[in-house]
Amino acid sequence: MTDTAAQPRHIPDRLHGSLHRTLRSWEALLLLVAVAIFILNSFASPYFLNAWNLSDATFNFTEKAMIAFAMALLIISGEIDLSVASTIALTSTAMGLALQYGAGTPELVVVGLTVGLLCGAFNAVFVTILGLPSIVVTIGTMSLFRGISYIILGDGAFRGYPDSFSWFGQGYVWWVITVEMVLFAIIAIIYGILLHKTNFGRAVYAIGNNSTGALFSGIRVQRVKFMLFLLTGLMSGVAAICLTSRLGSTRPSIAQGMELEVVTMVVLGGVNILGGSGSIPGVVIAAFVMGLVTFGLGLLNVPGIVMSIFIGLLLIGVIAIPRIVAMIANKRSRP
Amino acid sequence: MSVVKKMLASVALSAAMIASPVMAQDNVRIALVAKALGIGFFEAAAKGAEEAAAEIGNVEIIYTGPTDTTAEGQIEVINSLIAQNVDAIAISANDTDALVPALKKAMNRGITVISWDSGVAPEGRQLHLAPSSNSLIGNMIIKLAADHLPEGGEVAVLSATTTSTNQNTWIDEMNKVMGDYPGIDVVATVYGDDLADKSYREATGLMQTYPDLDAIIAPTSVGIVAAAQAVVDAGKVGEVNVTGLGLPSEMAGAIESGASKSFAIWNPIDLGYSAATLAYELAANGVEAGPGAEIPMGRMGTLTLDENSEGAMADPFIYDETNIDEFKSIF
Repeated sequence: MTDTAAQPRHIPDRLHGSLHRTLRSWEALLLLVAVAIFILNSFASPYFLNAWNLSDATFNFTEKAMIAFAMALLIISGEIDLSVASTIALTSTAMGLALQYGAGTPELVVVGLTVGLLCGAFNAVFVTILGLPSIVVTIGTMSLFRGISYIILGDGAFRGYPDSFSWFGQGYVWWVITVEMVLFAIIAIIYGILLHKTNFGRAVYAIGNNSTGALFSGIRVQRVKFMLFLLTGLMSGVAAICLTSRLGSTRPSIAQGMELEVVTMVVLGGVNILGGSGSIPGVVIAAFVMGLVTFGLGLLNVPGIVMSIFIGLLLIGVIAIPRIVAMIANKRSRP
Repeated sequence: MSVVKKMLASVALSAAMIASPVMAQDNVRIALVAKALGIGFFEAAAKGAEEAAAEIGNVEIIYTGPTDTTAEGQIEVINSLIAQNVDAIAISANDTDALVPALKKAMNRGITVISWDSGVAPEGRQLHLAPSSNSLIGNMIIKLAADHLPEGGEVAVLSATTTSTNQNTWIDEMNKVMGDYPGIDVVATVYGDDLADKSYREATGLMQTYPDLDAIIAPTSVGIVAAAQAVVDAGKVGEVNVTGLGLPSEMAGAIESGASKSFAIWNPIDLGYSAATLAYELAANGVEAGPGAEIPMGRMGTLTLDENSEGAMADPFIYDETNIDEFKSIF
C-alpha cells in the first residue's frame, strides 16, 4: 500500500493503486490465455501447427491491431473513435478514385495516408475545438464517411490495382513473414515507446485520469487529443492500404463493423474503457488472443455466430474479473 | 489469483470443447460456403449438398460461412479452409472481386474452387454455376402461363421498371420463343416499377382494359405478389392466373387462394446438390473445367460451360400447390 502511495506525483499506468501489483500482471495473465489457446488449438486440430496456416491466420488481426494501437491511446485519454472502419471505407474509395486518374502505387499510398489523416483531423476538430463528446461525433462520422463511399461507388467497385500495390496485403518479407506482420510489429514498437517512454505518453495517461488536473499541470490537453485523433486516422489509412491491397478491390461495404472489433481488442488488452490506464503489450497480446481464437475455431468449422459469442464472453470476462478481484480484495483489507 | 486463472482456463478450455469433427482422411472434403450463415436459402442449399454427398458416398460436406455478408468474413473462412486442406471450395460470393486473391491462393495450393449462385470473377474460380439462364427463364415464364391455357388466350406482362436489365432481357427471350406457344397472345406489357402499390394499380388496370385476360406474367418477386392481390380483390380468382418469378414464402398465400396456379424460381436444394456434385467431379474425378466443357451433375443432368466457364443449372423450378408448403419455410 505505502510504497505506491509514497510517490505523490506518480501517475500510475493503472487505476486502483492498491491493486497495482495484481493488475500489473494482467498482461502476463493474458499471455497465459494466449499460450493456453495456442496449445489447445494444436491438440484440437491437426492443421493448426503449420507455419503457412499460422501465417495466413495473422491476417485475421494485423489490420485491426494497427488501428487498435492508436485507439488504445485514444481510449486511455478518455476519448473514442468509432469511425475507424468508415474511415477505411472512405480512404479505400479515395484510393480507388485516384487509381481511375492513373495513380501508381506510391501515389496510392500517399492518398491513403492523407485521406486517413484528414478523417482523423475532421473528428479532432469537432471534439477538441468545438468540445463535443467524441462518441457522438464519431458515430456521426461513422455514417458520414461510409455514406460518401456509397455515394461515389453505389453498388459498383473499383478494381484493377497495380500488381506492385498488392505487396502490402499479399506480400511476404521472408518465408512466412508477411509484410503486414512486419508493419504490425513496427507499429506496435512505435506505439509502445510513444505511450510508455515519452512525455507525450505520460500526458495521455494524465489526461485520462484527470483532464482538468492535467490542464492545470501545464499539459495542452486539447492539443494532445488532437494528435491522438490524427494518429487514429493515420492508422486507419495504413489499415485501409493493407486491406485494399489484400482484397485487390474497393467496395463501400469494406471493413464493415470493424470498429467494434478494434474496440474489443483494445478492451481485451486491459485498457480501461473509461480511460486512464492500459498498455500496448496488453493490446498486442489481445490481438494474438483474438486471432488465435477465431482461427482455431475456424479450423474446427465452428460457425461465426458461436465465435462472436465466445469473443463476447472473453470480453465480459476481462472487464468483470478486475472488478471481482477488487471487490474480494476490498473485503479482505477491511478489519 | 487462482480464481482468475481457473476462470480463464475454463474459458479457454471450452474453445477446445466445441465439436471437433472426426475426420475420415479418405473422404473428399467439399466446403460449401454461404454468403452468411442463418439464411434459409443457403441452409436449403446445404441440404442439397448433403444429398449429393450421400449419393456419391465418400464425400464430407463442410457447410460454413461468415456471420454477416462481408467479403472480409468470407476471406477468413477461405483461409481456414485452405489451412484444413479441403479438397474443394464451392462458394456463393459476397464480392465478385475481393475474394479473388484468397481463392487464387486456394487454387495454388491444389484446392478445387467453384462459385455458385453469386459468382466470382473468372480468374478466381474454375467454373461458375448459375441457377438458370436468361433464355431458360424467358421460356419458363411463358410456359407457366401457357400450361394452364391449352386453348390459347390473352396474357399480359407486369414487369419491374422500363430500365430493369434482368426483366427486359427475360421478356426479350420470352418473345423469341412465342412461336412455340401458338394461340397465346401477349396483349400488353406494363411496368409496376417494383413498387407494391404501383404494381397493384397496373395489374388492376390490366384487368379493366382487357376483360378477357387469362393470365398475368410478372417476372419480378414484387410484381407477382401485388398482381395476385389485385386478382383476389377484383374477384377474378379462377379467371386470371398470376404467374412469373416469385419467392415461395411470399407466394404461399396466392397459391392457397388460387390466384396463382404456379410460379417459378431457382430451387436452392438443386443448386446445392449440383454445386457439390460439380466440386466432386473436379476435385476427385479429374474432370477439367474450361470453355465448352460438359460436366455431369448427377440427377440434374450435365452442365455446359460457356466461354467464361459459366454454366446454367436448369430451368427455374416450378412451385405449385403440391410443393409450396415444403418450400415456403425455406426462402
